[in-house]
Amino acid sequence: MIASGDAEIFGVTLLTLLVSGLATLLSLLVGVPLGVVLGLVRFRGRRLVVSLVNTGMGMPPVVVGLWVSIFLWRSGPFGALRLIYTPAAIIIAQTLIATPVITGFTIAAIQHLTPKLRLQILALGASRWQFLWTILKESRIALMAAVIAGFGSIVSEVGASMMVGGNIKGYTRVLTTATSMEVSKGNFPVAVALSIILVALAFGVTYLLTVFQQWERKDRNLKLPQDQEFAPADRPGPIGPAIPNNSADDQKEAVK
Amino acid sequence: MKKKKLLWILSTLLVLALAASCAAAPAPSAATTVATSVPATDATTTAAAETTALAQPAVKEIILATTTSTQDSGLLDYLIPKFEQQTGYVIKTIAVGTGQALELGAKGEADALLTHAPSSEKPLVDAGQVVNYQLVMHNDFIVVGPPADPAKIMDLTAVTDAFKAIAAQEATFISRGDKSGTHTKELSVWKAAGLESPSGTWYQESGQGMGSTLTIANEKEAYTLSDRATYLAQKTNLELEILNQGSKELLNIYHVMQVNPETYPMVNAAGAEAFVAFMIDPATQALIGEFGVEEFGEPLFFPDALN
Repeated sequence: MIASGDAEIFGVTLLTLLVSGLATLLSLLVGVPLGVVLGLVRFRGRRLVVSLVNTGMGMPPVVVGLWVSIFLWRSGPFGALRLIYTPAAIIIAQTLIATPVITGFTIAAIQHLTPKLRLQILALGASRWQFLWTILKESRIALMAAVIAGFGSIVSEVGASMMVGGNIKGYTRVLTTATSMEVSKGNFPVAVALSIILVALAFGVTYLLTVFQQWERKDRNLKLPQDQEFAPADRPGPIGPAIPNNSADDQKEAVK
Repeated sequence: MKKKKLLWILSTLLVLALAASCAAAPAPSAATTVATSVPATDATTTAAAETTALAQPAVKEIILATTTSTQDSGLLDYLIPKFEQQTGYVIKTIAVGTGQALELGAKGEADALLTHAPSSEKPLVDAGQVVNYQLVMHNDFIVVGPPADPAKIMDLTAVTDAFKAIAAQEATFISRGDKSGTHTKELSVWKAAGLESPSGTWYQESGQGMGSTLTIANEKEAYTLSDRATYLAQKTNLELEILNQGSKELLNIYHVMQVNPETYPMVNAAGAEAFVAFMIDPATQALIGEFGVEEFGEPLFFPDALN
């Protein structure tokens, strides 16, 4: 059934990937800056805030689902937006689930850096943004772990997606809710197929992210020479009058 | 370097996500697609586009809160595409227990309801929270259990006697326990059998839909009360057999209704009205009567709106 490429299952898989991918992205946009601030800045009540974030890392999706539902229902404060039972509602709920995970990992990553490094960066005369950028670069492996954990926590959850999405066929049905429904229908072969797709999807995305995470150092060493500009004197020049020091595009133009 | 790659990946994700939100939106009717894809300068096309716009419902989405049995039996997958094709509306089906479906209706969270617990529906009708209350179809509940039949209910005619025997033997019974229509019916049968609130280790509540509950009962070699449609749809996975049926208490009646738009202004009144009209339409009623005959050799639901 997987091999036959059922169009409906393909749609469900694509929706799962996009909903959870976008939610991870939004969580990054919120979670990383928040984590950096909580990791670097000392203020009164910081421990309380960090504890709250750490609690949030284990927030049951079904609880998030219930509260998002309460806000998005027609009778709720955002009812007029008509967001309940839409993919957007799932993205909101999943973002709320993944944000504490990514924030928590970012705090840990930032605090894991030795304080001497911070002093060193500042001593080298880095501006505020250069400082932050360097800090993030130094903790990139841990930050990628945050992305992996965040994506993993939401692509696999069923409670919130079921509650705020409603498992509507062809619209808000994602792999986890579809699996749950097929089990309740007694279609076990379909449920098993869906579960295999879900695990494969999670593995595929995690694999890509892991490759990206582990690849960086080697990559930086290899790329260095390319950054130096060489004069194109020894290259075959373009035919006709063309701006020198330009490459393939111009050549194509000239051939036409 | 890292930054560039990260930005590249993030932007790709974003583009994909945007593409998805378009793809994920309910499929637009062919007419809309045509209207937007042809040049607007053409006078006839513009006219055609206007006609299309008029024919399109103002609010396209209808939220239908219904019971798990209509989804788990496959009836909705069979009927709803036909409704959407005929009217241009898009149905968003929320399949939950009847208790929750009625609650969604009472709060105005849904537009139309399709449920099967007349005793729970009546208060909503009386209070004016739902209107246009129409009889759609019926089938019946059945008592299923392990072929060994430890409580010996097979030869008992009345369902109340069967329930009494199960309780007397303390044979494992799985209750839905979720305020669904089936659960409501089960409790009323216990009451009729003179057992106000069954309890003990033999009486277990699954808290899940009919399909899951049947699976649990099957694994535990327990008795349970099921609607016939869900049981037949899942029969291939089950060793459970029908051990008691036919009592008049076991009638399972489905009604369709629309949530009162005067109480809840956000309700899609036109859409809900169209759905109710569709469900009691003679053509739909004929379809309901045919549903499942080919696969199971008998209909899963019996249309009632014409009688």
